[in-house]
Amino acid sequence: MAVTGVVLAGFIVGHLLGNLQIFIGRDTFNGYAEGLKKLHVLLWGTRAALLVSVALHIWSTIQLAARRSSARPVAYQKYTAQTSSYASRTMYMSGPIVAAFIVYHLLHFTIGVGGTPYDAGDPYGNVVAGFKVIPVALAYVIAMGLLCLHLRHGLASFLQTLGVNHPAYTPKIKLAASLIAGLIFLGFSSIPVAVMAGVVS
Amino acid sequence: MRLVFHIWRQATASAPGKMVRYESANMNPDMSMLEALDVLNEELITQGTEPVVFEHDCREGICGSCGFMINGIAHGPLARTTVCQLTLRHFKDGEELYLEPWRASAFPVLKDLMVDRASFDRIIAAGGYCSVPAGSPQDANALLIPKPEADRAMDAAACIGCGACVAACPNASASLFTGAKITHLGLMPQGQPEREIRALRMVRQMNGEGFGHCGNIGECEAVCPKGISIEVIARMNRDFAGASITERPKSGAAEDGA
Ligand code: HEM
Ligand code: FES
Repeated sequence: MAVTGVVLAGFIVGHLLGNLQIFIGRDTFNGYAEGLKKLHVLLWGTRAALLVSVALHIWSTIQLAARRSSARPVAYQKYTAQTSSYASRTMYMSGPIVAAFIVYHLLHFTIGVGGTPYDAGDPYGNVVAGFKVIPVALAYVIAMGLLCLHLRHGLASFLQTLGVNHPAYTPKIKLAASLIAGLIFLGFSSIPVAVMAGVVS
Repeated sequence: MRLVFHIWRQATASAPGKMVRYESANMNPDMSMLEALDVLNEELITQGTEPVVFEHDCREGICGSCGFMINGIAHGPLARTTVCQLTLRHFKDGEELYLEPWRASAFPVLKDLMVDRASFDRIIAAGGYCSVPAGSPQDANALLIPKPEADRAMDAAACIGCGACVAACPNASASLFTGAKITHLGLMPQGQPEREIRALRMVRQMNGEGFGHCGNIGECEAVCPKGISIEVIARMNRDFAGASITERPKSGAAEDGA
Protein backbone atom coordinates (compact mmCIF):
# COMPACT_ATOMS: atom_id res chain seq x y z
CA MET A 1 0.00 0.00 0.00
CA ALA A 2 2.70 2.47 1.01
CA VAL A 3 5.08 1.62 -1.83
CA THR A 4 2.43 1.52 -4.58
CA GLY A 5 0.86 4.70 -3.18
CA VAL A 6 4.17 6.53 -3.45
CA VAL A 7 4.73 5.32 -7.01
CA LEU A 8 1.29 6.66 -7.93
CA ALA A 9 1.90 9.93 -6.11
CA GLY A 10 5.23 10.32 -7.90
CA PHE A 11 3.47 9.92 -11.23
CA ILE A 12 0.84 12.46 -10.18
CA VAL A 13 3.56 15.10 -9.64
CA GLY A 14 5.17 14.36 -13.01
CA HIS A 15 1.81 14.34 -14.77
CA LEU A 16 0.93 17.70 -13.22
CA LEU A 17 4.19 19.31 -14.33
CA GLY A 18 3.62 18.01 -17.85
CA ASN A 19 0.03 19.22 -17.96
CA LEU A 20 0.84 22.71 -16.72
CA GLN A 21 2.64 23.31 -20.02
CA ILE A 22 -0.82 23.95 -21.40
CA PHE A 23 -0.42 27.51 -20.06
CA ILE A 24 2.60 28.05 -22.34
CA GLY A 25 0.54 27.42 -25.44
CA ARG A 26 -0.89 24.97 -27.94
CA ASP A 27 2.39 24.18 -29.71
CA THR A 28 4.41 23.50 -26.57
CA PHE A 29 1.70 21.31 -25.09
CA ASN A 30 1.05 19.35 -28.27
CA GLY A 31 4.80 19.05 -28.83
CA TYR A 32 5.22 17.65 -25.33
CA ALA A 33 2.45 15.11 -25.94
CA GLU A 34 3.94 14.21 -29.30
CA GLY A 35 7.37 13.79 -27.68
CA LEU A 36 5.97 11.42 -25.06
CA LYS A 37 4.43 9.24 -27.74
CA LYS A 38 7.82 8.90 -29.43
CA LEU A 39 9.53 7.74 -26.22
CA HIS A 40 8.06 4.27 -26.60
CA VAL A 41 10.09 2.61 -23.87
CA LEU A 42 9.47 5.36 -21.31
CA LEU A 43 5.79 5.62 -22.19
CA TRP A 44 5.03 1.92 -22.03
CA GLY A 45 7.37 1.40 -19.08
CA THR A 46 5.51 4.07 -17.12
CA ARG A 47 2.14 2.72 -18.19
CA ALA A 48 3.12 -0.79 -17.09
CA ALA A 49 4.48 0.42 -13.75
CA LEU A 50 1.31 2.44 -13.13
CA LEU A 51 -0.95 -0.44 -14.07
CA VAL A 52 0.88 -2.77 -11.71
CA SER A 53 0.85 -0.15 -8.93
CA VAL A 54 -2.85 0.60 -9.33
CA ALA A 55 -3.66 -3.11 -9.37
CA LEU A 56 -1.61 -3.81 -6.25
CA HIS A 57 -2.92 -0.69 -4.49
CA ILE A 58 -6.50 -1.74 -5.14
CA TRP A 59 -5.71 -5.35 -4.21
CA SER A 60 -4.31 -4.15 -0.84
CA THR A 61 -7.39 -1.99 -0.38
CA ILE A 62 -9.64 -5.01 -0.87
CA GLN A 63 -7.60 -7.10 1.56
CA LEU A 64 -7.49 -4.36 4.19
CA ALA A 65 -11.20 -3.68 3.81
CA ALA A 66 -11.94 -7.37 4.29
CA ARG A 67 -9.76 -7.47 7.38
CA ARG A 68 -11.32 -4.30 8.68
CA SER A 69 -14.83 -5.69 8.56
CA SER A 70 -13.88 -9.09 9.96
CA ALA A 71 -11.95 -7.43 12.81
CA ARG A 72 -15.05 -5.50 13.89
CA PRO A 73 -18.12 -7.49 12.91
CA VAL A 74 -20.44 -5.62 15.30
CA ALA A 75 -20.43 -1.86 14.78
CA TYR A 76 -20.78 0.65 17.59
CA GLN A 77 -24.17 2.26 18.06
CA LYS A 78 -22.27 5.44 18.80
CA TYR A 79 -18.76 6.27 17.69
CA THR A 80 -17.14 9.67 18.17
CA ALA A 81 -13.85 10.29 16.40
CA GLN A 82 -11.34 12.17 18.53
CA THR A 83 -8.33 13.47 16.63
CA SER A 84 -8.25 11.65 13.32
CA SER A 85 -8.51 13.81 10.22
CA TYR A 86 -11.50 13.69 7.89
CA ALA A 87 -9.07 12.70 5.13
CA SER A 88 -7.78 9.69 7.09
CA ARG A 89 -11.27 8.42 7.89
CA THR A 90 -12.46 8.63 4.29
CA MET A 91 -9.58 6.81 2.53
CA TYR A 92 -11.96 3.98 1.62
CA MET A 93 -14.26 6.49 -0.07
CA SER A 94 -11.84 8.92 -1.70
CA GLY A 95 -9.78 6.02 -3.13
CA PRO A 96 -12.53 4.18 -5.04
CA ILE A 97 -13.97 7.48 -6.36
CA VAL A 98 -10.51 8.46 -7.62
CA ALA A 99 -10.30 5.00 -9.25
CA ALA A 100 -13.59 5.61 -11.05
CA PHE A 101 -12.29 9.01 -12.11
CA ILE A 102 -9.10 7.47 -13.52
CA VAL A 103 -11.19 5.17 -15.73
CA TYR A 104 -13.28 8.09 -16.97
CA HIS A 105 -10.18 10.25 -17.46
CA LEU A 106 -8.52 7.60 -19.65
CA LEU A 107 -11.68 7.14 -21.70
CA HIS A 108 -11.96 10.90 -22.03
CA PHE A 109 -8.48 12.09 -23.01
CA THR A 110 -6.47 8.96 -23.86
CA ILE A 111 -9.01 6.89 -25.77
CA GLY A 112 -11.33 9.71 -26.77
CA VAL A 113 -14.72 8.26 -25.98
CA GLY A 114 -15.65 10.69 -23.20
CA GLY A 115 -18.44 12.32 -25.17
CA THR A 116 -16.63 15.58 -25.96
CA PRO A 117 -15.01 16.39 -29.37
CA TYR A 118 -11.76 14.45 -29.80
CA ASP A 119 -8.85 14.63 -32.25
CA ALA A 120 -5.94 12.29 -31.50
CA GLY A 121 -3.48 14.74 -33.05
CA ASP A 122 -4.52 17.75 -30.97
CA PRO A 123 -4.44 17.09 -27.20
CA TYR A 124 -4.61 20.83 -26.50
CA GLY A 125 -7.83 21.13 -28.46
CA ASN A 126 -9.25 18.07 -26.71
CA VAL A 127 -8.62 19.60 -23.29
CA VAL A 128 -10.23 22.89 -24.30
CA ALA A 129 -13.21 21.17 -25.92
CA GLY A 130 -13.54 18.83 -22.92
CA PHE A 131 -13.54 21.53 -20.27
CA LYS A 132 -15.87 23.84 -22.18
CA VAL A 133 -18.55 21.42 -20.99
CA ILE A 134 -19.11 22.77 -17.49
CA PRO A 135 -20.27 19.51 -15.79
CA VAL A 136 -17.16 17.74 -17.13
CA ALA A 137 -14.86 20.49 -15.85
CA LEU A 138 -16.57 20.47 -12.45
CA ALA A 139 -16.28 16.68 -12.24
CA TYR A 140 -12.52 17.04 -12.75
CA VAL A 141 -12.24 19.68 -10.02
CA ILE A 142 -14.23 17.53 -7.59
CA ALA A 143 -12.13 14.45 -8.40
CA MET A 144 -8.96 16.47 -7.78
CA GLY A 145 -10.39 17.57 -4.44
CA LEU A 146 -10.83 13.92 -3.47
CA LEU A 147 -7.35 13.04 -4.71
CA CYS A 148 -6.05 15.92 -2.58
CA LEU A 149 -7.84 14.50 0.48
CA HIS A 150 -6.48 11.02 -0.27
CA LEU A 151 -2.95 12.32 -0.54
CA ARG A 152 -3.22 14.59 2.47
CA HIS A 153 -3.42 11.49 4.62
CA GLY A 154 -1.52 9.12 2.33
CA LEU A 155 1.62 11.17 1.86
CA ALA A 156 2.24 11.34 5.61
CA SER A 157 0.82 7.91 6.39
CA PHE A 158 3.14 6.01 4.06
CA LEU A 159 6.16 7.20 6.07
CA GLN A 160 4.60 6.01 9.33
CA THR A 161 3.91 2.65 7.64
CA LEU A 162 7.55 2.46 6.62
CA GLY A 163 8.61 3.18 10.18
CA VAL A 164 9.40 6.91 10.10
CA ASN A 165 8.03 8.76 13.11
CA HIS A 166 10.01 11.23 15.14
CA PRO A 167 8.75 14.08 17.31
CA ALA A 168 10.97 16.56 15.46
CA TYR A 169 10.00 15.53 11.92
CA THR A 170 6.51 14.05 11.99
CA PRO A 171 4.66 17.39 12.43
CA LYS A 172 6.68 18.79 9.51
CA ILE A 173 6.00 15.70 7.40
CA LYS A 174 2.25 16.14 8.00
CA LEU A 175 2.47 19.80 7.07
CA ALA A 176 4.44 18.98 3.92
CA ALA A 177 1.88 16.30 2.96
CA SER A 178 -0.93 18.84 3.29
CA LEU A 179 0.98 21.42 1.26
CA ILE A 180 1.86 19.00 -1.53
CA ALA A 181 -1.71 17.67 -1.65
CA GLY A 182 -3.02 21.25 -1.77
CA LEU A 183 -0.61 22.22 -4.56
CA ILE A 184 -1.63 19.14 -6.55
CA PHE A 185 -5.26 20.17 -6.20
CA LEU A 186 -4.61 23.78 -7.21
CA GLY A 187 -2.33 22.78 -10.07
CA PHE A 188 -4.68 20.27 -11.69
CA SER A 189 -7.82 22.32 -11.03
CA SER A 190 -6.28 25.42 -12.58
CA ILE A 191 -6.61 23.83 -16.03
CA PRO A 192 -10.41 23.26 -16.14
CA VAL A 193 -10.89 26.57 -14.31
CA ALA A 194 -8.72 28.37 -16.87
CA VAL A 195 -10.67 26.85 -19.76
CA MET A 196 -14.00 27.77 -18.17
CA ALA A 197 -12.72 31.30 -17.58
CA GLY A 198 -11.55 31.53 -21.18
CA VAL A 199 -7.88 32.02 -20.25
CA VAL A 200 -6.94 28.87 -22.17
CA SER A 201 -8.85 28.57 -25.43
CA MET B 1 -27.64 14.04 40.19
CA ARG B 2 -29.68 12.17 37.60
CA LEU B 3 -28.24 10.20 34.68
CA VAL B 4 -29.82 8.19 31.89
CA PHE B 5 -27.88 5.10 30.82
CA HIS B 6 -28.24 3.12 27.62
CA ILE B 7 -26.23 -0.02 28.33
CA TRP B 8 -25.38 -3.00 26.14
CA ARG B 9 -26.92 -6.05 27.81
CA GLN B 10 -25.82 -9.46 26.64
CA ALA B 11 -26.42 -12.52 28.79
CA THR B 12 -23.68 -14.80 27.45
CA ALA B 13 -20.97 -14.79 24.82
CA SER B 14 -23.26 -16.43 22.28
CA ALA B 15 -26.54 -14.70 23.17
CA PRO B 16 -27.70 -11.72 21.14
CA GLY B 17 -27.47 -8.40 22.98
CA LYS B 18 -29.23 -5.07 22.91
CA MET B 19 -29.09 -1.59 24.38
CA VAL B 20 -31.32 -1.17 27.45
CA ARG B 21 -32.30 2.16 29.00
CA TYR B 22 -31.89 2.75 32.76
CA GLU B 23 -32.29 5.87 34.81
CA SER B 24 -30.99 6.75 38.24
CA ALA B 25 -31.44 9.88 40.36
CA ASN B 26 -28.96 8.67 42.98
CA MET B 27 -25.82 9.80 41.20
CA ASN B 28 -23.23 12.07 42.78
CA PRO B 29 -20.73 14.23 40.85
CA ASP B 30 -17.87 12.90 43.02
CA MET B 31 -18.52 9.29 42.06
CA SER B 32 -16.40 7.55 39.48
CA MET B 33 -18.12 6.00 36.48
CA LEU B 34 -17.65 2.56 38.03
CA GLU B 35 -19.17 3.71 41.30
CA ALA B 36 -22.10 5.02 39.29
CA LEU B 37 -22.55 1.53 37.86
CA ASP B 38 -22.25 0.09 41.40
CA VAL B 39 -25.12 2.33 42.51
CA LEU B 40 -27.15 1.52 39.42
CA ASN B 41 -26.53 -2.20 40.05
CA GLU B 42 -27.77 -1.90 43.66
CA GLU B 43 -30.97 -0.42 42.26
CA LEU B 44 -31.25 -3.13 39.62
CA ILE B 45 -30.78 -5.86 42.25
CA THR B 46 -33.56 -4.45 44.44
CA GLN B 47 -35.79 -4.36 41.35
CA GLY B 48 -34.95 -8.00 40.69
CA THR B 49 -33.01 -7.25 37.50
CA GLU B 50 -29.60 -8.78 36.71
CA PRO B 51 -26.85 -6.28 37.55
CA VAL B 52 -24.65 -4.96 34.72
CA VAL B 53 -21.38 -6.87 34.42
CA PHE B 54 -18.26 -4.78 33.90
CA GLU B 55 -14.61 -5.52 34.53
CA HIS B 56 -12.57 -3.71 37.19
CA ASP B 57 -9.85 -4.27 39.72
CA CYS B 58 -7.59 -1.48 41.01
CA ARG B 59 -9.98 1.41 40.40
CA GLU B 60 -6.98 3.70 40.37
CA GLY B 61 -6.14 3.68 36.68
CA ILE B 62 -3.18 1.33 36.77
CA CYS B 63 -4.33 -2.25 36.26
CA GLY B 64 -6.04 -1.97 32.88
CA SER B 65 -9.03 -4.10 33.83
CA CYS B 66 -11.74 -1.54 33.30
CA GLY B 67 -12.91 0.05 30.10
CA PHE B 68 -15.94 0.53 27.88
CA MET B 69 -17.22 3.06 25.39
CA ILE B 70 -19.06 6.10 26.70
CA ASN B 71 -20.93 7.95 23.95
CA GLY B 72 -18.62 6.47 21.34
CA ILE B 73 -15.34 7.32 23.08
CA ALA B 74 -13.16 4.64 24.65
CA HIS B 75 -12.95 5.38 28.42
CA GLY B 76 -15.20 8.41 27.94
CA PRO B 77 -14.63 12.06 27.18
CA LEU B 78 -11.75 12.88 29.53
CA ALA B 79 -8.30 12.44 27.97
CA ARG B 80 -5.74 10.16 29.65
CA THR B 81 -8.34 8.76 32.03
CA THR B 82 -9.69 5.25 32.55
CA VAL B 83 -13.39 4.85 33.36
CA CYS B 84 -12.50 4.00 36.96
CA GLN B 85 -10.88 7.43 37.30
CA LEU B 86 -13.55 9.31 35.37
CA THR B 87 -15.83 11.19 37.74
CA LEU B 88 -19.42 12.16 37.08
CA ARG B 89 -18.64 15.86 37.45
CA HIS B 90 -17.59 15.73 33.82
CA PHE B 91 -21.19 15.04 32.84
CA LYS B 92 -24.28 17.21 32.99
CA ASP B 93 -27.27 16.51 35.20
CA GLY B 94 -29.78 14.47 33.21
CA GLU B 95 -27.24 13.57 30.50
CA GLU B 96 -27.79 10.44 28.40
CA LEU B 97 -24.83 8.06 28.35
CA TYR B 98 -24.41 5.20 25.88
CA LEU B 99 -22.21 2.46 27.34
CA GLU B 100 -20.98 -0.22 24.96
CA PRO B 101 -18.31 -2.91 25.28
CA TRP B 102 -15.09 -2.79 23.23
CA ARG B 103 -15.97 -4.07 19.77
CA ALA B 104 -13.49 -6.39 18.06
CA SER B 105 -13.67 -9.99 16.93
CA ALA B 106 -10.43 -10.57 18.89
CA PHE B 107 -12.23 -9.22 22.02
CA PRO B 108 -15.41 -11.31 22.16
CA VAL B 109 -18.06 -10.02 24.57
CA LEU B 110 -18.41 -12.34 27.57
CA LYS B 111 -21.33 -10.56 29.22
CA ASP B 112 -22.68 -7.00 29.07
CA LEU B 113 -19.68 -4.65 29.11
CA MET B 114 -17.05 -7.32 29.75
CA VAL B 115 -14.90 -8.63 26.91
CA ASP B 116 -12.33 -11.41 26.74
CA ARG B 117 -8.88 -9.91 26.14
CA ALA B 118 -6.92 -13.17 26.23
CA SER B 119 -5.73 -12.28 22.71
CA PHE B 120 -3.53 -9.60 24.34
CA ASP B 121 -2.10 -12.22 26.70
CA ARG B 122 -1.24 -14.43 23.74
CA ILE B 123 0.54 -11.53 22.01
CA ILE B 124 2.64 -11.04 25.16
CA ALA B 125 3.28 -14.78 25.44
CA ALA B 126 4.49 -14.78 21.83
CA GLY B 127 7.46 -12.52 22.64
CA GLY B 128 6.70 -9.73 25.10
CA TYR B 129 9.39 -10.76 27.58
CA CYS B 130 13.16 -11.08 28.02
CA SER B 131 14.49 -14.60 28.54
CA VAL B 132 16.97 -13.88 31.32
CA PRO B 133 18.73 -16.44 33.53
CA ALA B 134 17.02 -16.28 36.92
CA GLY B 135 20.25 -16.39 38.91
CA SER B 136 21.45 -13.90 41.54
CA PRO B 137 20.91 -10.24 40.63
CA GLN B 138 23.83 -8.39 39.13
CA ASP B 139 25.24 -5.12 40.35
CA ALA B 140 22.72 -2.32 39.87
CA ASN B 141 24.98 -0.17 37.71
CA ALA B 142 26.49 -2.94 35.62
CA LEU B 143 24.18 -2.10 32.72
CA LEU B 144 24.25 1.55 31.80
CA ILE B 145 21.13 2.98 30.16
CA PRO B 146 21.04 6.60 28.99
CA LYS B 147 18.33 8.55 30.79
CA PRO B 148 16.43 9.61 27.64
CA GLU B 149 16.21 5.98 26.48
CA ALA B 150 15.09 4.87 29.92
CA ASP B 151 12.39 7.57 29.88
CA ARG B 152 11.12 6.55 26.45
CA ALA B 153 11.08 2.90 27.47
CA MET B 154 9.13 3.89 30.57
CA ASP B 155 6.63 5.89 28.49
CA ALA B 156 5.94 2.80 26.41
CA ALA B 157 5.90 0.56 29.49
CA ALA B 158 3.08 2.70 30.89
CA CYS B 159 0.68 0.65 28.72
CA ILE B 160 -1.80 -1.09 31.01
CA GLY B 161 -3.23 -3.34 28.29
CA CYS B 162 -6.77 -2.01 28.69
CA GLY B 163 -7.64 -2.41 25.00
CA ALA B 164 -8.93 1.14 24.42
CA CYS B 165 -6.62 1.46 21.41
CA VAL B 166 -8.29 -1.50 19.70
CA ALA B 167 -11.73 -0.24 20.67
CA ALA B 168 -11.16 3.24 19.23
CA CYS B 169 -9.44 2.12 16.03
CA PRO B 170 -11.78 2.06 13.00
CA ASN B 171 -9.81 -1.02 11.89
CA ALA B 172 -9.78 -2.65 15.36
CA SER B 173 -6.01 -2.84 15.13
CA ALA B 174 -3.87 -3.80 18.13
CA SER B 175 -0.81 -1.98 16.82
CA LEU B 176 -0.55 0.57 19.63
CA PHE B 177 -0.55 -2.17 22.27
CA THR B 178 1.90 -4.41 20.43
CA GLY B 179 4.07 -1.46 19.42
CA ALA B 180 4.22 -0.27 23.03
CA LYS B 181 5.50 -3.65 24.23
CA ILE B 182 8.01 -3.95 21.39
CA THR B 183 9.26 -0.40 22.04
CA HIS B 184 9.45 -0.81 25.79
CA LEU B 185 11.63 -3.92 25.58
CA GLY B 186 13.47 -2.91 22.42
CA LEU B 187 14.83 0.27 24.00
CA MET B 188 16.42 -1.58 26.92
CA PRO B 189 19.75 -3.39 26.68
CA GLN B 190 18.13 -6.48 28.20
CA GLY B 191 15.70 -6.54 25.29
CA GLN B 192 18.30 -6.43 22.50
CA PRO B 193 19.17 -10.14 22.10
CA GLU B 194 15.55 -11.03 21.29
CA ARG B 195 14.57 -7.78 19.60
CA GLU B 196 14.13 -9.21 16.10
CA ILE B 197 12.49 -12.49 16.99
CA ARG B 198 10.21 -10.59 19.38
CA ALA B 199 8.98 -8.25 16.65
CA LEU B 200 8.37 -11.16 14.29
CA ARG B 201 6.53 -13.29 16.79
CA MET B 202 4.43 -10.58 18.40
CA VAL B 203 3.33 -9.06 15.09
CA ARG B 204 2.48 -12.47 13.65
CA GLN B 205 0.51 -13.36 16.76
CA MET B 206 -1.31 -10.03 16.58
CA ASN B 207 -2.27 -10.66 12.96
CA GLY B 208 -3.25 -14.24 13.72
CA GLU B 209 -5.63 -13.08 16.45
CA GLY B 210 -7.74 -11.31 13.85
CA PHE B 211 -7.01 -7.71 14.75
CA GLY B 212 -7.25 -5.24 11.87
CA HIS B 213 -4.45 -3.44 10.08
CA CYS B 214 -3.19 -0.03 11.21
CA GLY B 215 -4.21 2.84 8.91
CA ASN B 216 -2.16 5.48 10.76
CA ILE B 217 -5.28 7.37 11.72
CA GLY B 218 -4.28 8.09 15.31
CA GLU B 219 -7.54 7.47 17.19
CA CYS B 220 -5.68 5.02 19.46
CA GLU B 221 -3.23 7.56 20.84
CA ALA B 222 -6.07 10.02 21.47
CA VAL B 223 -7.93 7.62 23.77
CA CYS B 224 -4.93 5.87 25.36
CA PRO B 225 -5.23 6.51 29.09
CA LYS B 226 -1.44 6.53 29.27
CA GLY B 227 -0.93 8.88 26.32
CA ILE B 228 1.22 6.44 24.35
CA SER B 229 2.14 7.86 20.94
CA ILE B 230 1.86 6.09 17.58
CA GLU B 231 5.61 6.59 17.38
CA VAL B 232 5.70 3.11 18.95
CA ILE B 233 3.82 1.75 15.92
CA ALA B 234 6.41 3.19 13.52
CA ARG B 235 9.10 1.53 15.62
CA MET B 236 7.23 -1.78 15.50
CA ASN B 237 6.96 -1.47 11.71
CA ARG B 238 10.69 -0.74 11.53
CA ASP B 239 11.69 -3.65 13.75
CA PHE B 240 9.32 -5.99 11.95
CA ALA B 241 10.50 -4.96 8.47
CA GLY B 242 14.16 -5.29 9.45
CA ALA B 243 13.62 -8.65 11.11
CA SER B 244 11.58 -9.97 8.17
CA ILE B 245 14.29 -9.07 5.68
CA THR B 246 17.10 -10.67 7.67
CA GLU B 247 15.13 -13.67 8.95
CA ARG B 248 16.98 -16.93 8.30
CA PRO B 249 15.44 -20.30 7.65
CA LYS B 250 15.22 -22.30 10.87
CA SER B 251 18.22 -24.53 11.49
CA GLY B 252 17.85 -27.44 13.93
CA ALA B 253 20.02 -26.15 16.80
CA ALA B 254 18.74 -22.58 17.03
CA GLU B 255 15.16 -23.80 16.87
CA ASP B 256 13.59 -21.89 19.72
CA GLY B 257 16.24 -19.32 20.57
CA ALA B 258 16.79 -15.79 19.32
C1 HEM C 1 -3.83 8.59 -8.03
C2 HEM C 1 -4.14 7.60 -7.34
C3 HEM C 1 -3.70 7.26 -5.93
C4 HEM C 1 -2.62 7.67 -5.20
C5 HEM C 1 -1.56 8.65 -5.61
C6 HEM C 1 -2.69 7.01 -3.90
C7 HEM C 1 -1.79 7.16 -2.86
C8 HEM C 1 -1.89 6.56 -1.60
C9 HEM C 1 -0.92 6.63 -0.54
C10 HEM C 1 0.42 7.35 -0.60
C11 HEM C 1 -1.42 5.93 0.54
C12 HEM C 1 -0.77 5.73 1.92
C13 HEM C 1 -0.16 4.37 2.08
C14 HEM C 1 0.24 4.02 3.52
O1 HEM C 1 -0.01 4.76 4.44
O2 HEM C 1 0.80 2.95 3.72
C15 HEM C 1 -2.72 5.45 0.16
C16 HEM C 1 -3.56 4.72 0.99
C17 HEM C 1 -4.79 4.21 0.61
N1 HEM C 1 -5.29 4.17 -0.69
FE1 HEM C 1 -4.56 5.19 -2.28
N2 HEM C 1 -3.81 6.22 -3.87
C18 HEM C 1 -4.44 6.35 -5.11
C19 HEM C 1 -5.57 5.69 -5.54
C20 HEM C 1 -6.32 4.85 -4.76
C21 HEM C 1 -7.44 4.09 -5.25
C22 HEM C 1 -7.88 4.08 -6.69
C23 HEM C 1 -7.95 3.44 -4.16
C24 HEM C 1 -9.12 2.51 -4.04
C25 HEM C 1 -9.56 1.69 -4.89
C26 HEM C 1 -7.16 3.77 -3.01
C27 HEM C 1 -7.39 3.32 -1.71
C28 HEM C 1 -6.54 3.56 -0.64
C29 HEM C 1 -6.84 3.22 0.73
C30 HEM C 1 -8.11 2.55 1.22
C31 HEM C 1 -5.74 3.62 1.50
C32 HEM C 1 -5.61 3.53 3.03
C33 HEM C 1 -5.06 2.24 3.49
C34 HEM C 1 -5.01 2.19 5.00
O3 HEM C 1 -5.86 2.77 5.67
O4 HEM C 1 -4.10 1.53 5.49
N3 HEM C 1 -6.16 4.62 -3.40
N4 HEM C 1 -2.98 5.82 -1.15
S1 FES D 1 -9.92 -0.70 37.37
FE1 FES D 1 -7.75 -0.75 37.18
S2 FES D 1 -7.46 0.65 35.58
FE2 FES D 1 -9.57 0.91 35.94
